[in-house]
This record gives sequence, structure tokens and C-alpha cells, in this order.
Amino acid sequence: MTRLFRIQSKAGWAAFVVIFGIALVAVPWLNLMIPVDSPYHLPDYMVSLLGKYLCYALLALSLDLVWGYAGALSLGHGAFFALGGYCMGMHLMRQIGTRGVYGNADLPDFMVFLNWKELPWYWFGFDHFAFAMVMVVLVPGVLAFVFGWFAFRSRITGVYFSIITQAMLFAFMLAFFRNEMGFGGNNGLTDFKDLLGYDLHDQSTRVGLYVASVVLLACGFLIGRFISSSKLGRVLVAIRDAESRVRFLGYSVTNAKLFAFTISAVLAGLAGALYVPQVGIINPSEFSPANSIEVAVWVAVGGRGTLFGAILGAFAINGAKSYFTGAAPEIWLFFLGALFIGVTLLMPKGILGLASGLAARLKRPPAATPQQETALVAGREHA
Amino acid sequence: MPDADTVPAAAAPAPANKSRGRNTRVSEAKARLAANTILYVDGVTVAFDGFRALNELSLFIEKGELRTIIGPNGAGKTTMMDVVTGKTRPDKGDVLFDEGSVDLTRLDEAAIANLGIGRKFQKPTVFEHLTVFENLELALKTDRRILATLLFRLGAAQARRIDETMGLIGLGDRRSARAGTLSHGQKQWLEIGMLLMQEPQLLLLDEPVAGMTDHETEATAEMLLDIARERSVIVVEHDMEFVRRLGAKVTVLHEGSVLAEGSIDYVQNDARVIEVYLGR
Repeated sequence: MTRLFRIQSKAGWAAFVVIFGIALVAVPWLNLMIPVDSPYHLPDYMVSLLGKYLCYALLALSLDLVWGYAGALSLGHGAFFALGGYCMGMHLMRQIGTRGVYGNADLPDFMVFLNWKELPWYWFGFDHFAFAMVMVVLVPGVLAFVFGWFAFRSRITGVYFSIITQAMLFAFMLAFFRNEMGFGGNNGLTDFKDLLGYDLHDQSTRVGLYVASVVLLACGFLIGRFISSSKLGRVLVAIRDAESRVRFLGYSVTNAKLFAFTISAVLAGLAGALYVPQVGIINPSEFSPANSIEVAVWVAVGGRGTLFGAILGAFAINGAKSYFTGAAPEIWLFFLGALFIGVTLLMPKGILGLASGLAARLKRPPAATPQQETALVAGREHA
Repeated sequence: MPDADTVPAAAAPAPANKSRGRNTRVSEAKARLAANTILYVDGVTVAFDGFRALNELSLFIEKGELRTIIGPNGAGKTTMMDVVTGKTRPDKGDVLFDEGSVDLTRLDEAAIANLGIGRKFQKPTVFEHLTVFENLELALKTDRRILATLLFRLGAAQARRIDETMGLIGLGDRRSARAGTLSHGQKQWLEIGMLLMQEPQLLLLDEPVAGMTDHETEATAEMLLDIARERSVIVVEHDMEFVRRLGAKVTVLHEGSVLAEGSIDYVQNDARVIEVYLGR
């Protein structure tokens, strides 16, 4: 048990408790307990928005585990996120029952529309919440395990790994766009009513989903810390630095990467599952390559290989996105592009790297160590 | 018993730790030939696109022996190490370990490393983002499986062993330094230290003193002679002074096979050796 407490420093635990404590208590309190006319009241839409960001943060964290530590840049993590989301979406579709437009208790609306007579076999079981939750974990997990097994066993690394994960993602997107697949095609799954008997349009349900997202992100962070602070975490960093050296030390590089990739995919799937009831829709655009690339941008901006940086990056960029798309929608994409170029060139270790660099410089002002600078540049080559 | 010849050149790499259950035993006749050897390489040929990097190479290293291997560029020195450590599969020939008890051509890198064969690369290869201590900790001989690695906790005795090794390789005061900040010579030593942590029976060192100062070279020679007292060591080296300093049996490779073998004085006076290597 003591191992659990030693996964981060005392200061790390303090920061963890403060940040997640505030997120867990303050947001619901400001929303539910403070009167609507008070300036301190947190509007309802903000709760849903923050809940969405939390899911993005977990997705970013999951990518950081494979990219920041094991050095394998997956550009297909959106697939695991979306598959988790679809599993949850299928359950929510089954919960609609006779309340759909066609009032058909046996078939979701889109199937009635397509003149389908019976439910496809792969929809069976999704009536049950527990079954859907098992699938949320299993579908992305098994996919990542099988895909990763072939990729890592064949020693596909670097940019080639990024390309095949992107190809996998693209294949999923094309498949899910087809109506014949039975996942709602182009329109995806939407018009959800309730989850576990709670109305999804109730503010209390939304706050509940928000709280669940905070708890899940905290758990994901601790799982990530547990792995990264273990000897296996150091093996992953070693693989990033010198993969063949790790092999000649007697470790199975394939198994280590496979472990990280599978855990990461499961976390991404869970993030997707909590995302869908909060945004109210899941469609094939979640599989779009640009989305997955953006996740990599969040991680890079926050700071790779830190876990916390991934969370920070996801919040910073999505916060900026929400602001700019409202204030000046035409410059948002230029801003995002400039940001990525700027971060890559000026702060290869992201916001967190910049902050810790400044802190170190304040501690001992002389000698801005050139060695560290070259280490930073060297670190970027692993991307 | 299938012959090594029938093993496909690009056989699928086996996952580590499962390979022990595989058929890696060797016929009795071969095992008898390989008696007393730690490494038995016989008739090994490796061709890349028609170029024969190794050509019917035969090499026998006895238990506890220190052997130096020299040869001009392209003589097959590094390819020989690749074959022994499982990075390259030979097209033909036998590579047997530990008195012929294990056929190395059927195992992957991780499995061979776990058998007790350590390898140092020509270019020092350490984990730059980990500290000196962490580098050695990863090399420490332990259960390499994923779950065991995830739940691993360093014991007091193991920590002491790492500290001892740090002292031996002259990095005792750099415990928490990132390996990336070490000098070239220190990285070479750290890598040798990592090999020692693996407790190998056989060490393969590819140009361990390349790029070192005279002082560092001398220190390395002493370190190696010390290490060789407890295990078998093969050193590939260009530096003749260093080879002479080690005072071990020398094997001269040329065009993928053995040209001459004997003491340094013997091979330096061999007419063929002078022609292909020393005389140039």
C-alpha cells in the first residue's frame, strides 16, 4: 500500500488534492447552491463545457502515456475515444425505448428509417448498463491489444507508427460513415433521453456527469502516475531513448509498449464514454484524423511525459478554442497553427517545461546551463 | 532434431521469457564438440544482398577466456556480434552458448540477454533521460516480465550493489546526474557498468575505448582485466596499444572469416595479416 503513496512527492499529492478537490466541490457548489442572479453563480452551460474538457483531458493524458513515455506517437487515439463513446451511445439509444420519433421499442429511429426489421446481433446486450460499461473497456482495449501486437512485434516505430495508427483511424471513420454498418451512419447516435433513469437534460444529472468526469480523470491520473513512477515507467522512457539497448538488457520492448498502449486505449475509451452523454451526440466525425492530431497538440503544448501537462494542455487549448470561436472565429485555426509552431520551436517541453525552467532559473540565477538546452533539443528528436 | 540450416533467416522474433520453453537444445554430437566453450560459432554465413558479411566464420571462446578481435572495416566484427546477440539471424551455421547447451540462432535479443550475454555497442548507448542510478537499476538482474517490472521494489542489497558498481566505474559522485550530461568516456563506463549489473557469463564489447583519452583508455583496460577474471569477455578493438595492453589471444577477421589467431606478437608478424590490415 505504501507504494501507492509514493507515486508522487508530498508536494505532488498536495497539488493533486487541492486541484481535484476544487474541481470536485467548487464547481457543483457555485452552480447549484449560489443563486442564479449572483455574480458568483456558475452558469449551467459552463458545467457541461468543463465536463467536456475533463473528458478531453483524460484523452490527452492517455496519449501522453504512450507518446510522452514510450515515445510512440499514436495519431489514432480518437478511434479509442470514439469507440468508447459509441458503446455508451448504443446504451443511451436503447434507453430511449418508445420515446423515439417512431415510437418503436425494438429499434432505434435510424433503423426504422432505413427499414430494418430487427436489431443487428452486435446491438444485443447494450440494453444493460453493466454490459455497455464492459464493452466501453473491452472494445478499445482489445482493439489496441491486437493492433499493437502486430505493430510492435513488427517493430514499427517513429513516424511509421504514427502513419499506421492514422490509417486505422481513417478506416474506422469511413466504416462508421456507412449506413449499412448499423451505427447511424453520417448522423451517428443522438437524441438521448436518460442514463440510469436520470434525465440527461436535468441540471442535476449534468452536474453528476461532471463529478463522474472529475473522479475518472483523477483515477486516470493516478493510474498514469503509478505506471510512470514504477520501474516499468523507467523502462518506457528507456525505450524512448534507446529501444535496442532495452532489448539487449533483456526486456521485451513489444510487451512493454503493448501494455502502455492497451491501458492508454482503455482510458481513452472511458473518456469517450463520459463525453457522449455530456455533449448528447456521437457521430463519425469523432474519428476524423484532424481531431486525433489536435490531441497530440494539446499534449505537446502542456508538456510531454508529465501527465499533468497533458491535462493542462487540453484545458488551455480547448479554453482558448471556446473563447476564440466565440470572439473571433476566423482566426482560431491560424491561432492553433501558430501556437503549435511556436511551442515546437520555442518551448519543446511545453508550458510545464517552461514553468519548471523558469523556476530553476530563479533558484540559481547564473549559468543558464547550455547542457540542458541541448538535452531539450535532443528530447524533441524522439517525437 | 532440426538442423540450424532449416531455420528461416527472418524467423519471427519470440517474446521474451517465453523462449525458455522453446526447443533450444542441441544434438549431442555438436554439444561434445562445444565442450568447455562459452561460445561456439561454427561455419556461420550471413549475406546481405549477396554481400557476405560473414563467410563460414568459426570461432571458439573458452569459458573464462578474454579474447580480442581485430580486423579492417567490413571484416564482419559487428555482424558477428549481431549474430551472437540475436539481432541478425545467420543464413547458415551453428551458434551455441554455454558448452553447446543452447542454440542462440533460435532466440531473440531479450531472451539471449536473459541467458547471460551482455553487449556494449560501438557508440555508447545509455538512457540519456534517466539518471546514472536509474540506468544501472534497469540493468540489474531481475525478473523482466511486465507485471514484475511494474511492481518492482528495489531491495537494500540491490541498492548497495548498484552503489558498488557506480564506484567501480568511477561514477560514484554522479549518482543523480542524467546520463545525457555525462562525458563520452563516462557514458562508455556507464554502459560497461550496466553490463555488469546484468551479471552476464559472456560480455561482448564493441570498441570500448573509442574516443577515449589515454588516461581513460588505461583505466578502462584495468577495469576490463578486472571484469575478465570472473567471466568470459570478447573485445572488438582497433586500438593496437589497447589490444597489447590486454595481453589476450587475438583473432584477426578478414572478409567475414578468421585470417589468423594467436598472441599479439604472432599475428602482427603474420604475413597475410600485415598485407590486409597492419601493413596498410
